[in-house]
Amino acid sequence: MNAAIRCELRVARCGFKKIMMKLSKLIFCGVTFVIVFMSLLPFIWFVNTSLKTQAEVTAIPPTLAPSGSLHFYHSAIVKYDLLHYVKNSAIVAGATTFITLFISILSAYVLARLRLKYKGLIMGSLLLVSMFPQISIAGPVWKIMQSLGWLNSYQGLIIPYVTLTLPLGVWILTIFFKELPKELEDAARIDGCNRIQTLYKIVVPLAAPGIFTAAILVFIYAWNEFFFALLIMTQRKFQTLPIGIALFQGQYTLPWGEIAAASTVATVPLVLLVFLFQKRIVRGLSAGAVKG
Amino acid sequence: MAGLKITTLKKSFGRNTILQNISFEVSDGEFCILLGPSGCGKTTILRIIAGLDQCDKGEIFIGDREVSNLTPKERDVAMVFQNYALYPHMNVYENMAFSLKIKKLSKTKIDKKVRKAAKLLDIEDLLDRKPRELSGGQRQRVAIGRAIVRNPRIFLFDEPLSNLDARLRSTMRVELARLHQKLGTTMVYVTHDQVEAMTLGDKIVLLDKGVIQQIGPPQKLYKSPSNLFVATFIGGPQINLIEGVLDADKNKFLFRAGSLIIDLSSRSGLKKYLGLKVTIGIRPESLMPADGPFLGSLEVVEHIGSETILYVKTVNGRIIAKASPIFQRKTGDKISLALRTPDVHLFYKGIRI
Ligand SMILES: Nc1ncnc2c1ncn2[C@@H]1O[C@H](COP(=O)(O)OP(=O)(O)OP(=O)(O)O)[C@@H](O)[C@H]1O
Ligand SMILES: [Mg+2]
Repeated sequence: MNAAIRCELRVARCGFKKIMMKLSKLIFCGVTFVIVFMSLLPFIWFVNTSLKTQAEVTAIPPTLAPSGSLHFYHSAIVKYDLLHYVKNSAIVAGATTFITLFISILSAYVLARLRLKYKGLIMGSLLLVSMFPQISIAGPVWKIMQSLGWLNSYQGLIIPYVTLTLPLGVWILTIFFKELPKELEDAARIDGCNRIQTLYKIVVPLAAPGIFTAAILVFIYAWNEFFFALLIMTQRKFQTLPIGIALFQGQYTLPWGEIAAASTVATVPLVLLVFLFQKRIVRGLSAGAVKG
Repeated sequence: MAGLKITTLKKSFGRNTILQNISFEVSDGEFCILLGPSGCGKTTILRIIAGLDQCDKGEIFIGDREVSNLTPKERDVAMVFQNYALYPHMNVYENMAFSLKIKKLSKTKIDKKVRKAAKLLDIEDLLDRKPRELSGGQRQRVAIGRAIVRNPRIFLFDEPLSNLDARLRSTMRVELARLHQKLGTTMVYVTHDQVEAMTLGDKIVLLDKGVIQQIGPPQKLYKSPSNLFVATFIGGPQINLIEGVLDADKNKFLFRAGSLIIDLSSRSGLKKYLGLKVTIGIRPESLMPADGPFLGSLEVVEHIGSETILYVKTVNGRIIAKASPIFQRKTGDKISLALRTPDVHLFYKGIRI
């Protein structure tokens, strides 16, 4: 009798536990969904707008489902010369990423592996530099670029970008390089590699996840940056996407649809990039190198 | 192929002196073992030979060339690391071919060498696999394969078997011995396992705390250990050590420790130690259950198949002896032990006399 009751109680408790587990899972999923939805909302909104027709954009009440017209893309490209800005952004962001990574890889390897005095100081000052508010260095940077005659040139923007993204790149890669087993580099040197060969044949392939992470972050920064671009690129010829899109707006016009279309074009490459390299960003590539 | 000679090597990390006055020679084709407890500097010596670390003082010769200031590449040695250190982003074939590619050998030559080494090590089926898809023993073979394709002047092994289980270790031990016979290359092999050292080595360099304790063939270290450290480190179960005084009775030398008296009449040249405190060392297999000077009771009896190990409690402390596998008596029984042979080791202040 007693045992039966106890048994039933236990079953009930078990059921309760199961329900709680399901509930917590549900809540977890719900919260995640809300957060994802909220962060995606602006994106969804302008992608949605970009696919409307002129009439749909101004309709009251607003239409939720766009008709899927590509009219705004066409006009952004033809009337507002969107591709010109895309090209400039690609050049600036691409070059920034390449140069930053090249320098970061070399310096991060030195910081991670070679015996150096004041290593902590170097790392600390890197962090410090990356914390300067942009506005405080904008004046000097502009002055330097002006005296070099580099206002309105690609290098006029690439060099400040490289400077600003280097601390991030060096930090990420130093941490990655430090985690790689040292024996692999010893093995490479025994196998006849010099330091540089060891770096690009062993260290870089193994740190690929870190390098991709750094590359994407740097690229996104350079692709989105607005403030320096506005200061340094005053001529249409060299302006990048964020500036270009901001200047779509005339004194009397607000080309809402074209701005949405351009924003979509500006965002999609980044999304694609992250999706493409997501797999490469997973860790654990070095599994199996050494025991344990 | 070449011999190796190291003279008065010294190395410190910061304020800690890790190696002191290390000198030894390995002749061409010899299998030399660096043996010693953990942390005694074995890996450091190997890394200095390979050129991965620089020494503070001393010279290293490979063949008749001084290599102290050369890069690892110029020294042309191969090293198998304690934890394999296979390149995880390359498959087995690429791992083995890597050094040859760096040397810019032709594709066909590389292929021939890699396949030959793979065949020798019986890893031909694994060539397409990544290191993470291999078992410990297989990784070990690949690591060795990566070393032998290069046909180096000297092989350096850093505890290559320490990560394997006992059975695999004994198979690999035999294979290493076979490999050495086949290749005939000079090998320097680090281990802290004295069984490996005794079975594989032509010569053992025994280290403790960065100082060489004794150099010689395995049997010599076993039969005439130059000091107490060597005596206790080599041989299992451990040698029995008893402290006492050297005494004489008429023309006979005696070892006396309390009521225990051991006849040393077979020894000569002990005169200057007369009346001094000495330590006697007796290997377990030199003792057998019979009427003799050691009296005590059986503490533990271990039947290990081929023989029986006896742990006997005596007034001189615990004494370990070996008996035949059919030994019958049990724990607690009174027993007396006798010397099977007159070969005992005597130490004065830790040094062999
Ligand atoms: N890079 C280093 N910096 C400072 N001390 C070191 C360094 N490498 C080794 N040591 C010290 O040198 C000593 C010898 O190290 P080593 O690795 O040669 O020992 P080992 O004999 O190979 O030991 P094990 O059998 O555990 O591998 C140790 O006390 C260790 O702490
Ligand atoms: Mg070691």
